[in-house]
Parts: sequence; C-alpha cells; structure tokens
Amino acid sequence: MTQFDRDVQLDLHRRMVRIRLFEEAAGQLDEAAKLPGFLHLYVGQEAVASGVCAALTDDDQITSNHRGHGHLVAKGGQFNQMMAELMGKSTGYCKGKGGSMHISSLDVGMLGANGIVGAGSTIAVGAGFANKYRNNGHVSATFFGDGASNIGALHEAANMAAALQLPTLFICENNEYGEFTPRDQTMAITDIVDRAAGYGIPGVIVDGMDVVAVHEAAVEAVDRARRGDGPSLIEAKTYRFYNHHGVQNLGLKYRTDDEVEQWKQRDPIFTYEDRLIAADTATRDDVDAVWEELRADIAAAIEFAESSPAPEADQLLVDVYTSTDTAGVAR
Amino acid sequence: MSRRLAYVQAFNEAVRQEMDNDPDVFCAGEDIGAFGGVFGTFTGLQKEFGVERVVDTPISEQAIIGLGVGAAVSGLRPIVDIMFMDFICVAFDQIVNQAAKIKYMFGGAATVPLTITTGGGGGLSAAGQHSQSLEALLCHIPGLKVVHPSNPYDMKGLMAACIREDNPTVMIKHKRLLGMKGEVPEDPYVVPLGTANVVREGTDATVVAWGRMANEAADAAEQLHNDGISVEVIDPRTLQPLDTETITESAHKTNRVVVVHEAVRFGGLGAEVAAQVQEHAFDYLDAPVARVAAPFSPVPFSPALERHYLPDVDRISAAIRGALERPGA
Repeated sequence: MTQFDRDVQLDLHRRMVRIRLFEEAAGQLDEAAKLPGFLHLYVGQEAVASGVCAALTDDDQITSNHRGHGHLVAKGGQFNQMMAELMGKSTGYCKGKGGSMHISSLDVGMLGANGIVGAGSTIAVGAGFANKYRNNGHVSATFFGDGASNIGALHEAANMAAALQLPTLFICENNEYGEFTPRDQTMAITDIVDRAAGYGIPGVIVDGMDVVAVHEAAVEAVDRARRGDGPSLIEAKTYRFYNHHGVQNLGLKYRTDDEVEQWKQRDPIFTYEDRLIAADTATRDDVDAVWEELRADIAAAIEFAESSPAPEADQLLVDVYTSTDTAGVAR
Repeated sequence: MSRRLAYVQAFNEAVRQEMDNDPDVFCAGEDIGAFGGVFGTFTGLQKEFGVERVVDTPISEQAIIGLGVGAAVSGLRPIVDIMFMDFICVAFDQIVNQAAKIKYMFGGAATVPLTITTGGGGGLSAAGQHSQSLEALLCHIPGLKVVHPSNPYDMKGLMAACIREDNPTVMIKHKRLLGMKGEVPEDPYVVPLGTANVVREGTDATVVAWGRMANEAADAAEQLHNDGISVEVIDPRTLQPLDTETITESAHKTNRVVVVHEAVRFGGLGAEVAAQVQEHAFDYLDAPVARVAAPFSPVPFSPALERHYLPDVDRISAAIRGALERPGA
C-alpha cells in the first residue's frame, strides 16, 4: 500500500466515494420514480473502476457495459452532465439520447456504456488499434462482467487484440452473477482468468474489493501495453451490493442475505478508509471531509439535472447522421 | 484521363487513391493483405502501404466491425471488409447496435467515418449463405448509409465518397460484376451519396433497379426499344439515403413504375420504392407499381434452380409490358 504516493492513495479513495455517492443518489431517485428507463448500479464494485482508471489518462480510452456509471465517474465524468443524462435532459452528456445504458464522454476517453453484453470489448480493440496505428502511447481498456466472458464478441476481441498485439486491457469484473444466474451454472471454470492462456495473453486475479491491489495490477498492465507488449487480462473478484437492476429490483431472491452481508463486510471503501487511517495516511476527519464535499456536489448535480430542460421535439432527428458535403439527399 | 477498368480495379483504385491522400485511412479484413482478398479487391495494397495499413484479421466478423467502430470513433477512417454479405449477420450487433447508433446515442459527440465493404448478390451457385442481397436490412437502420454500384465508374466514385463520408457506410460489391469493364477516370472523383443515375431516358415506363439488376434493366429497355417502347432506367446507386426525388420526377413523366431487385420480394427495398412513389406520384400513376424480385426462399444452389430464382431481362421486360397493358388516363 505504501508503494503509491499519498496523493495517489487519496485519489483512489476519492474516486470510490464519488462513485458510491453518485450511485446511491441514482438509486434513491430511481426508487422515487424520478429516473426513466433502466438503472444498473455499481455499488460494491467501486474499487475496480477506480483502481483501473487511476492508472489511465484522459487520452486513454475505456469502453464499458450496462453497469457503466461507475466507469465514467472513475474516468473523470462530471456529476452534473451525468445526472442530467440519467434524467433524460438536454444538458446531459448525450443530450438525453443515450441515458444510463449509453452514457459516455469522449472528453475523458469514455467511449460509452453499452446495452449489449460484451459489445464494448471490440470497440476497445478498435481504440487500441488506433493508438498503435498512431504510435501515441495511449492504451484502451474494456470493462466487462463474468457473464460477458461467455459471449462471442468478447472472445473475438481478446483474440484479435492478442493477434495484433494491441495496447488494450481486458478488465473482467467477476461479481459471480450474470444478471440473476450464478456463475457456476453458466461456466465450468471458477476463474475467468483461465481463459487468458487461450488467447496467449497474461492474466492475473486480483481482489476486486481492494483498490490498491486493483491499481497495482492495472499499473503493471498499462505499462506493458504502453511499451508495446500487448494486451492483458485482469480478473477482479468483486460483488454488487444491489440488485441487477435498481436497488431492490423486483425483490427477487437469488442470493442469500448471508452472502450479501458477508461481502458488505468487505466494503471496498470502508475497509480502505480503515487502512488509510491505520497507516496515518489520512485521519477520520480527512476522510469524512471528502464525503461531505462530494455530497454537496451530488446535491448540486441533482438540482442542476432537475432544473435542466428536457430536449425539444426538434432534436429528435438531430445527430442521426453527421452532415458532410457528400451526404446527399437524406429523407 | 479515362481508360477502361474492371469493377474490381475501380474499387481498388479508389481505395489506393484515398489511402494515398489520407494517412488515417486503413483497411482490415480477412485475407485482404498478402492475398489481396478472395475477390481480388485489395490486390497489391498491402505491398504498397504495408502491414500496418492493410491488416489481415482473424475470422472474427464482430471484432472486425468493432475494430472499425473503435478506430473510427478514435479519429481514423477505417475500411473494414466483410468477405460475403451474408456474413454481416454474424456482426449484426456491431453494425446495427453500435456503428449506426453511437453518434446519436452519444448526443452527437462521436463521428463514425467507417466504411464496411462486402460482396453481395447471387448467380455463382454459391447457395444460401454466400449469395444473398440483404440491402433492405441495412437500409432499415437509421445511422447507416448504403451504396451498391452497378458499374466501374460508379464503383470508384461511390467508394471514394464512402471513405470520405463521416458516417458509417456499407459498400456492397456485386460479385457477378467484378470483371465488368467500363470507362473510369484516372483522377480521383466522387459520386455523391444519395444521387441516382438516370441510366437511360424514356417516356413510357420507369424501371428502378440497382446493382447487377440495373444492367439487366438497361438490357430489357434496349430490347423493348426495338419494339417501340421507351423505358427510363434509374439506378439509385445509393440505397440509403434513397434519391426519391429523381424517381418521383420520372414517375410524373412516365406514369408507370417497375422496381427490380435480386433480394426477395417480401419486405424488400422495392416495397419502399413503391410506397414512396404512391405517396409522391399517386395522381400520376396509370398502373400499380410492379415489383420484379426473387421469390420468398433461400437462394438455391443448383444453377437450374438459381436461374429461375434471379430476375433477368425476360422477367423485367414482361413486367414492363404488363404495366403498359393498362390503359393510360
């Protein structure tokens, strides 16, 4: 833990708290029926996005999945535009045309959440290709779950990244459930990382509830990719505290209360705070101040989003196409 | 300067010239590198531009399209090849849910200057998974543009337009036209997307046809000309966006319209053309818009069956004569 500067250690904490507060707020708004559409919350998995994105710059790209808010927050997404997008407002990152499942911000290299399981992986491969093509030293990373590790696009993406030696990280967030079905019913292996050998790329397992462990692995994988040694796979063992969809979803019981409670004992933020304090890296007051400051930001973001205008009807057909000289007659 | 080039050479020349002009243009696909592509469309390009810009990929259609989408969003201008049009089905998520929608779903922040090239059409006894004309599936998707040239001149100009286009385009190369020769200017040029070509002017009936069927329609028009029937042939060239204006104007003049395509009739693009014509030229029509298309079955293997399956000059001529049998207003 001491191998990273204090600034880095506090940055990892701050990223996780930002995610937690955004997601808790989104969950409350959803339960109050203030958010249209579907909502897949990232609470419990904060260490993964934070540990990985802290190893990236704004010029490095990520692709995400349906559970994508945490990835965008960790990559530097702003609360105001994110909350406005979740509410379908014109001031949102996607001007209200993407919503939770397609939230994105090219400014910080976030090439989109994705409603299709595993689909973001191939796009990250394309971004990695562009980086290699331009020899710009940037890397791309794709976040996907244990469920997505079973879909064809993911295998094609991993194999292609390996074949072309692209600077692309494959970050598997193994939260043990593909929607509502436990992992052991959908695959005959326990560790997704076993598949790395099949692609001919390095793979490591990390404790996905330990942000420092994730960050260490990510730094190593990013360094490898930046120096031209190709892709790698990180499997982070983690857990989502809320349901597949929303907070309580339909009250579906597919996990025992005991199991959920055991994982919550390992809360990635609270356990990390205890370590920061024990190591004299931060005081309880320091830690509390972060929560307090960011809570104010969240409250402001909700106000911004609620007071923002909905998109006008005349925006319906805007941005279906980019206008160009050769566009011809569209109708 | 103009010289005669084959359709496949016109494609190749457009790619080469655009790659020469713009270092952001690259090609990726199966067997397109050293081998030059199974139809020879990429011949010599890897030798000229190197393995970095003409990339042999694994047989992974989803990842090929995804490679293009991710690279396009990151600022490059990819040309990605899906060997046979039938194989777009393997990558349909990446084309329909990703490439086509990213711009809109990102609130306009992304541009996707991606060109997907693919070999379509029947007539080679390639059977049900290597012969289809699936343009209607693509034209149905907001965000995509679709072109299908019928001759070498249009091939070069449309391909250049696709590469320069800031939207995802699908260039359908007709496999039976690869060796077709025609006049092609040496200097780069574009055929603007969304502009139809009036292949032949006429006054008695309008035939709208694309790809290889545009040439069959022109042959039918020539045949009927000998019988004193004047047929206007329109090749839309771009199927999305469709130049309905040129088609409508022609319908106003001839009052009879026949649509021809290789794809199956039900739900084919001919249905859209017919609907547009009745919306924009209803009062001018002297006969129902006729459709000449494949029957509702997979493309058969046996040459004996495929001959009956694909529209040809005789069937097109018969449909035009049928439209003319109705008395005019």
